[in-house]
Amino acid sequence: MEILIQQLFNGLTIGSVYALVALGLTLVYGILHIPNFAHGALYMMGGYITLTMMTRFGLHYWLAIFVSIIVVGLLGVLMERFVFHPLREAPPIHDKIAAIGILLFLEAFAQFYWGAEYQSMPTPYGQIVEVFGLTLTMQRILIVVAAVVVMFILYLFLKKTFTGATIIAMSQNREGANLVGINTNKVAMLTFMISGGLAAIASSLSAPINLVFPGMGHLVILKAFVIIILGGMGSIPGAIVGGYIVGFSESLGATYISNDYKDIIAFLFLVLILTVKPTGLFSKGGSH
Amino acid sequence: MTNVLKQRNVVIILILFALAFPMMTSNTYMIHVMTLSFIWMIGVYGLNLLAGYTGYLSLAHAGFFAIGAYSLGLLTVKAQMNFWLALVLALVITCSIGLVVGAIALRTKEHFFAIYTLCLGYIIYLVIDKWDSLTEGVRGLIGIPAPAPIGPITFETEKAHYYFVLFFLLLVVLIMYRIVHSLSGRTYIAIRNSEDLAQTIGISTKTNKLTVFVLSTFFAGLSGALYASFVRFIGPDIGSTNIVFDLLTYLLVGGIGTLSGPIVGTLLIVWLSQLLQDFQQYRMLIFGPALTLLIIFAPRGIVGAVATWNMNRKLKKYPNNQARSGRSRNDSLVKSEIVPEKQVKEG
Repeated sequence: MEILIQQLFNGLTIGSVYALVALGLTLVYGILHIPNFAHGALYMMGGYITLTMMTRFGLHYWLAIFVSIIVVGLLGVLMERFVFHPLREAPPIHDKIAAIGILLFLEAFAQFYWGAEYQSMPTPYGQIVEVFGLTLTMQRILIVVAAVVVMFILYLFLKKTFTGATIIAMSQNREGANLVGINTNKVAMLTFMISGGLAAIASSLSAPINLVFPGMGHLVILKAFVIIILGGMGSIPGAIVGGYIVGFSESLGATYISNDYKDIIAFLFLVLILTVKPTGLFSKGGSH
Repeated sequence: MTNVLKQRNVVIILILFALAFPMMTSNTYMIHVMTLSFIWMIGVYGLNLLAGYTGYLSLAHAGFFAIGAYSLGLLTVKAQMNFWLALVLALVITCSIGLVVGAIALRTKEHFFAIYTLCLGYIIYLVIDKWDSLTEGVRGLIGIPAPAPIGPITFETEKAHYYFVLFFLLLVVLIMYRIVHSLSGRTYIAIRNSEDLAQTIGISTKTNKLTVFVLSTFFAGLSGALYASFVRFIGPDIGSTNIVFDLLTYLLVGGIGTLSGPIVGTLLIVWLSQLLQDFQQYRMLIFGPALTLLIIFAPRGIVGAVATWNMNRKLKKYPNNQARSGRSRNDSLVKSEIVPEKQVKEG
């Protein structure tokens, strides 16, 4: 029983990280219909920048995360400006390849600049606490709480502010948004900024319990794709729910099925879903 | 007409050069690199047929490459089978898995297809990596035999292996040439340009796509099997996504959707990588941005850019060419193989 609860909590932690990554991915997909394969590289860059800020510049954890959000967000904006914007009229296969190019570059860059070895990130929240007889680390609690807070802020931003509404409008209908005077270019840049920021938050939060290395984005991005297909491409609640579903099934699968194959679970999910329903679960009628 | 002769001459010269290459150098390392690049070319052709001509970007090709390699490796090392029988069986295994996977995967389109195949590739990689009892896991398979001798011909030396692989490469190029210049080839291009339109004019897109998928897994499996018998050692890494990204880079640089693109791209990048040997680890610092820039500014790679340049030059030379007759215009279309299309994205 205790193991079960412990694993459920682990699932909650992993799920929070996945949900944050998937949110960024789904926002970009909703706006530009681009499956951003380079999103995992943004996640990785976020981890490294936070780490560098902390170790080399001695910034506090939170301040380092803040810098990381800004830098990775700007990186996202640059990507939109210089790569995806010029490709907006090209056949869909082109921006996938372009995104792969960015991914390869950023990974090689990380390996070149920071080295290939695994690095661990120090955290001011390494204490172990006992809650209801469970031993938890503060960092894990922090991940869950911070993720929920970020999601809540994002929700408020999208639903209650004018700028947020323009993002929703554009994801519903790009031309319509343009017609009513929304600057779609600005919205696209803003979306990439938010998407990069979310990736940076996710990696900075999870890095202390995992490790920082050039390939850290690989599995996470693949799972994020699974999640947004699970929750419907472009759907924001879908990304959150999907993130937790994958997180829980992974941590439970690792304990009760096989630790070796736990990474496959998410992919089997995807294969099953797309086999049964090729357009993904909860896809809007007629959308791709 | 003179142009056709010219093209044929170029092909003949290239083949002669390929045949003479081992005689010209005594450096077995050069032959080794060349053989490897031939093996990659076969895999790139598989990717080209699917992504370049039919418009479906499959990221599972490293997986099929690995299936081909491991099938051959396991059949020869663990089952002690004759090499040739194992080669045929390895191709049969790859194609059967390709058939099943294709039948399911091709129900999805565009982004879903790319994501689906990416995840599939990862599953194949993880299975190879974790299934210790069969594949030896991270330790890899050691001691895969060279091709068994046929009569007096043996394949033990580097040179013999070179010709062995070259034979398969020429075969693949020939098959590709026949496919692309046949009605089927046109059908595939029609599917790429607009699947709905193709369906409307009576093309069974489903069977055609499945045929292409199986064919392309065949090429991937063949190149994997050749790789296994050439390098003699295989590890799970050959199934990782890095391999498919490498193949994609070769294809993009050479020219996606062109017949000679895979050869040009692979040769260029493999030799460039050899020159930048110390830099090997960081080669993607250059090739990554190159990939992105190419897709923005020259989406059909070097071969495509040269073809467009040629066509423009010809148009400048004979400005009334277009008005003269339909035939000459058709000729220039055939030259460039496919007119670069402007497809408006959905959404």
